[in-house]
Amino acid sequence: MFRAVFRLSATGARSLARSRACYSAPLASRCYSHGRVETDEEFDSRWVTYFSKPDIDAWELRKGMNTLIGYDLVPEAKILDSALRACRRLNDMASAVRILEAVKDKAGPHKDIYPYLLQELQPTLSELGISTPEELGIDKL
Amino acid sequence: MLRLTAGRVGSLVVSRATVAWTTSSARMASHTHEVTEMVDMSQPMYLDSQETPLPDKPYKDVLTAADKSLKQKEKGPWSQLSKEEKIALYRLSFCQTFAEMKQPSAEWKTVTGGIFIVLGITGLVVLWQSAYVYPPPPRTFGEEWQAKQVQRMLDMRVNPIEGFSANWDYEKGQWK
Repeated sequence: MFRAVFRLSATGARSLARSRACYSAPLASRCYSHGRVETDEEFDSRWVTYFSKPDIDAWELRKGMNTLIGYDLVPEAKILDSALRACRRLNDMASAVRILEAVKDKAGPHKDIYPYLLQELQPTLSELGISTPEELGIDKL
Repeated sequence: MLRLTAGRVGSLVVSRATVAWTTSSARMASHTHEVTEMVDMSQPMYLDSQETPLPDKPYKDVLTAADKSLKQKEKGPWSQLSKEEKIALYRLSFCQTFAEMKQPSAEWKTVTGGIFIVLGITGLVVLWQSAYVYPPPPRTFGEEWQAKQVQRMLDMRVNPIEGFSANWDYEKGQWK
């Protein structure tokens, strides 16, 4: 849902039709070449599961975050929540702050995304004791 | 084992990224009397990048005793860390904050200034060479010769229908 609203680049008219349906209805839908399209919910839950791994290691956290930031989207609050908890399991507070910085940067000109995410993550941030970059003053030069 | 002088690392810098390396001379390793900064490219490197927010290794890996005790404290509840301690932990792991990474530089002024200076020098060189290098122009360029040439073309009736001589009024002896 989030991704569809705040998609950062125009990808044209994307339909979620499966490829099988395309053959029977050639007029209405636009198809991908093969395979099914992952829904937003599936994408989100896949990433939440990735970060929720109890014995996640530091490399996996870094790899996951760098990959996620490479996508053309701002991750949902629940994915970030999972990632922040992974940071807690790894005793890595600096990475938690870095993740918040990266997400704010990812939103780019859409200035309302980051405050919304902070609002959604506030319970987690208080619970884990993570300070936002703004609270630490590192968002300014 | 891959070894690379710091001078060659410059060509591997990813766009929008700054590498936290120390300044060193860009000399070949064969100059044995100079000590170059050798970067071991087979080891994970630190890199500040908006695209990869979590680099392969923490910025500071040699920790003082104070840093180590802070790292121990990090294992406990983070709400017990003070603001300064949190900032210190951040700076242990990372060199620049995102704000510092994204700082605009004044490099564009140097670049455009350099371009104009080079164009200016080129202009001076062109002026000098037109005064001192070029031989005298051919005699066919002179005013008198050109006038006689035009007269000859009109006498020959060059392109009398649509072109050159069509623009000349032969009765009045002037251009139309």
